[in-house]
Amino acid sequence: MSDPSSVAIEVAGLVSYYGQRQVLKGVDLSVRDGEIMVIMGSSGSGKSTLLNHLLGLLYPAKGVVRLLGQDINRLPALELLELRRRIGVAFQSGALFSSLTVAENIMLPLREHSDLDEKTMEIIARLKLEVVNLAGFGHLKPDELSGGMAKRAALARAIVMDPRLLFCDEPSAGLDPVVSSAIDELILRLRDAMRMTIVVVTHELESAFRIADRLCVLDQGEIIALGSKDEVRQSADERVQNLLNRRSREVTLDPDAYVRRLFGEE
Amino acid sequence: MPGRLSGLAERVGRATLQGLDEVGFAAVLLGESLYWLVLGRRKRQPVRVSSVFRQAREIGIDAIPILTLLTFTIGVMLAIQGIYTLRTFGAESRVATGIALSVVREFSSLITGVLIAGRSGSALAARLGTMKINQEIDALTVMGIEPVRYLVAPPLVAMVVMVPALTMWSHLVALFGAGLYVTSTQGISFGAYVSQVVEALGLGDLSHGLAKSAIFAVLITLVGVVNGALVTGGAEGVGRMTTRSVVHAISAIVITDMIFAFAVTR
Repeated sequence: MSDPSSVAIEVAGLVSYYGQRQVLKGVDLSVRDGEIMVIMGSSGSGKSTLLNHLLGLLYPAKGVVRLLGQDINRLPALELLELRRRIGVAFQSGALFSSLTVAENIMLPLREHSDLDEKTMEIIARLKLEVVNLAGFGHLKPDELSGGMAKRAALARAIVMDPRLLFCDEPSAGLDPVVSSAIDELILRLRDAMRMTIVVVTHELESAFRIADRLCVLDQGEIIALGSKDEVRQSADERVQNLLNRRSREVTLDPDAYVRRLFGEE
Repeated sequence: MPGRLSGLAERVGRATLQGLDEVGFAAVLLGESLYWLVLGRRKRQPVRVSSVFRQAREIGIDAIPILTLLTFTIGVMLAIQGIYTLRTFGAESRVATGIALSVVREFSSLITGVLIAGRSGSALAARLGTMKINQEIDALTVMGIEPVRYLVAPPLVAMVVMVPALTMWSHLVALFGAGLYVTSTQGISFGAYVSQVVEALGLGDLSHGLAKSAIFAVLITLVGVVNGALVTGGAEGVGRMTTRSVVHAISAIVITDMIFAFAVTR
């Protein structure tokens, strides 16, 4: 059960480098239990690096990352593996194992972390596929899925262990508006039905504002806005306004030009 | 000129450091694989027997047709060459001894190692490289599935079992091929040929070939895994590192073979 007053994720003074380049410059962030936090920013802002630190895939030069109260960079390896069983991640590419079917992909965490029999695992996989509206597609291989279906299958695998924390990397990137909106609805439904704490990294403005309880805007490795949708919209920071206005202007004022540019016709 | 020399020295230095780095990485992978093989079950991260069997089938059973063809051909070639050489001394009747020792102590393990390096070592590098660029290894990590335990330990065990087994098979096929040629050209019966072979071989000769093949198995696995794990730059990177893994594995096999012969045979 989620408790909105408690903190599920805490990042303090996080500093990260790629070679000599400082990518994160002392990031402080906390995500409350049961909320959807959207991390957004333009390319190169450091949002993917921040996500990799939250997942424990990178080791920080300085700072602390706590998931469910545990410092993931100081946990012994086996305790970290245990903690990871309570975390689900849907990668941007889906990262589904190409040698396995969709259902086998979803069953993999169950197979590795539980003593359930094959039949029960199949039932759970079917249920999770239904949750993400992919019922009947379990027998397909990942390369037989469309982009949107692969992302939904990745979500199904991410939630198969009923995690406390769910991380989604660019869940609607590269999808058409209808599919993108369906994915957003799905994320909202997961939060409401499963009481998860969800962190979404995206550069899709529309999607970010549709799903976020709170937003964190990154620019050049620093948080330049953090708060509710209204607080971010009303931010006095010029960089935040540039980010918000640039995209909305492109999409709403001249959609034809935006589409032409997207397809390289300008 | 001094500038060119210092540039050359720098390149050699960098290549040496990179080589040492890779050797160190391979040693860590070997250590971790052994750790998971021994303690995995107790730490709730077992190395799956089903996964080892699947790898054993791919590495071993699927390689039998091409290995049979190659080693049969080499057996015949050795017989032709052996008879031609011994004729100089009028000692063609001793050809079976020469063939038996050459096949069992040297050629079978070498040819099997080279074939498996080209076939399974490259496949391992390509598979891991593709998994890396598709974020599948990251996906394993964040699912709490230890990648070395899941991806490295099973092929390592399968190789260590299957390469010596294939070497044994190569002994039989090569000796059979040579036997067919010797009996058809030297006017001796197949039974007499087999007796000469059995008389020529001792347990030490058999264990010499098999011990080498077990070392080759470890080398092929580690070279494949290290090259796969170092893939960068998409599909082109996968191709580059796959080729590199074949070249490195074959070089490692030939050099180890020479060291082994130097240490044991003289």
